[in-house]
Amino acid sequence: MLSVEKLSKEFIIHTRRGIRIPGFANVSFEVTAGSLLAVTGPSGIGKSSLLKCIYRTYLPTEGRILYEAQNGETVDLAAAGDWEVLALRRSEIGYVSQFFHVMPRVSMMDILTEPLTARGLEKEEARERAARMLSRAGLGQTLWEMYPATFSGGEKQRLNILRAIITKPRFLLLDEPTASLDSGYKSRIMDMILELKGEGTAMIGVFHDRDALAVLSDARYDFEGQQPLGGVTGALGECIR
Amino acid sequence: MDPVGEERFALRLEHLTVRYGDGCALCLAERAQAARARQSGNRCPRCGTVWAARDVSLKVREGEILGVVGESGSGKSTLTQALYLDIDPAGGAYYLSSYERGERDVFTVSPQQRKYVRGQLLGMVYQNPHLGLRMRFSASANVAEKLLAAGSRHVGFMMERTNALLAHMEVPVSRVKEPPRYFSGGMQQRVQIAKAVANNPPVLLLDEVTTGLDLSVQARVLDLVKSVQRDFGVTMIVVSHDLAVVRMLADRTVVMLNGQIVEEGITDQIMEDPQHVYTQTLVNSLLL
Repeated sequence: MLSVEKLSKEFIIHTRRGIRIPGFANVSFEVTAGSLLAVTGPSGIGKSSLLKCIYRTYLPTEGRILYEAQNGETVDLAAAGDWEVLALRRSEIGYVSQFFHVMPRVSMMDILTEPLTARGLEKEEARERAARMLSRAGLGQTLWEMYPATFSGGEKQRLNILRAIITKPRFLLLDEPTASLDSGYKSRIMDMILELKGEGTAMIGVFHDRDALAVLSDARYDFEGQQPLGGVTGALGECIR
Repeated sequence: MDPVGEERFALRLEHLTVRYGDGCALCLAERAQAARARQSGNRCPRCGTVWAARDVSLKVREGEILGVVGESGSGKSTLTQALYLDIDPAGGAYYLSSYERGERDVFTVSPQQRKYVRGQLLGMVYQNPHLGLRMRFSASANVAEKLLAAGSRHVGFMMERTNALLAHMEVPVSRVKEPPRYFSGGMQQRVQIAKAVANNPPVLLLDEVTTGLDLSVQARVLDLVKSVQRDFGVTMIVVSHDLAVVRMLADRTVVMLNGQIVEEGITDQIMEDPQHVYTQTLVNSLLL
């Protein structure tokens, strides 16, 4: 479903006299429907940057990201227009960020039902689906109408994942989805991710957690083996020197 | 790549140029303009003409929220004023899909048609509520004025509609008969929004809606803007120097500097991976 070819990212920092910071280079892999590719490697080597390039939060410097969309067309996400990327994000590509940003004064329920109603689901149906998922994830009814700004880290993280998977995206990017969860909630969330995978969603994930890595991943892309650059931290150190 | 074609653009602006002053041979020479902007800002060093907007082109899809960011004096307000037909541009063309199917340049229409476009097809929320509201008339009269201008004559209907709108904008029913000059800044802003959406315009322009409001009121106004977009499905242009506001609302963002657009892209890409030197400076100055 997704094929990444020789993808590279380099940051040019104009405010620091145009120094160039390598993010990652020459990454190639493929992800098929219903499988999860885990991206592994030490901190700072470019795992999150890779995910952000695929989601187009970062503009890739070189290479291609060929995505086979629902309508059968193949789109190069590295070169597609903004509207096209936005449309794909709205309809079939999901992303769970490492850190959770919330709109102030939007209740948890509304955060979950909004993407559903935007896709044309009736409000009642959306609420029902959201309620089922919230209960499964262990987020009690007392929290449903509250604003997530006051939630604990684990609660926010679960909400963050639910928001991405409630629409059943065809392709999902997961950046440390289980990082701040205790083992009980972790296994519930992993079950939900496995279920979605079983329904055919292709996924790319970054996990530091070994259990999650072992349970969820079908294939791995190891940055250390593939990447001769030495990572951002090393390169950045050199630039500053 | 894009099969939907032009008709899905709610708004197209092509090569907008606004200048204050007559210009001279030096600054009128088009090819030199871009280079000059880099050197000396938007003011011509020889004749003093200020180029408030220079060759600004925009396309906004229906239902999209476009953010416009930039420092003071970068041309953000000039752009909104031109889009609301408040000022006469020196050059450029402007098409609205809701007006003559987007085939007629709105900058060139007659004064009557211009009034119709402003009253029916566009909504505007100014940074300064004094520009958008009549401070001595009641809040409901302010909203009703817009309905009257649209040709509404049934008092009962107008009362009902204004009260519903103001209630939607969280202006308490008990206060709709009071003039906005007795309201707080946040409330005035909400009355402005009610007025702006009264005729269900397909395009809404918001110029620094949250500037000068305290944080909790900002949040309410932002929610309101978001819900207006959801409930009314309008296309919006959100101008702000506050990147957090734009990040929260906008699908795409353009960055202005010296009256020109220097970068445009998906909002999170502009914020997290800015390409232009000015955008990088702007993003780096964010307090997080």
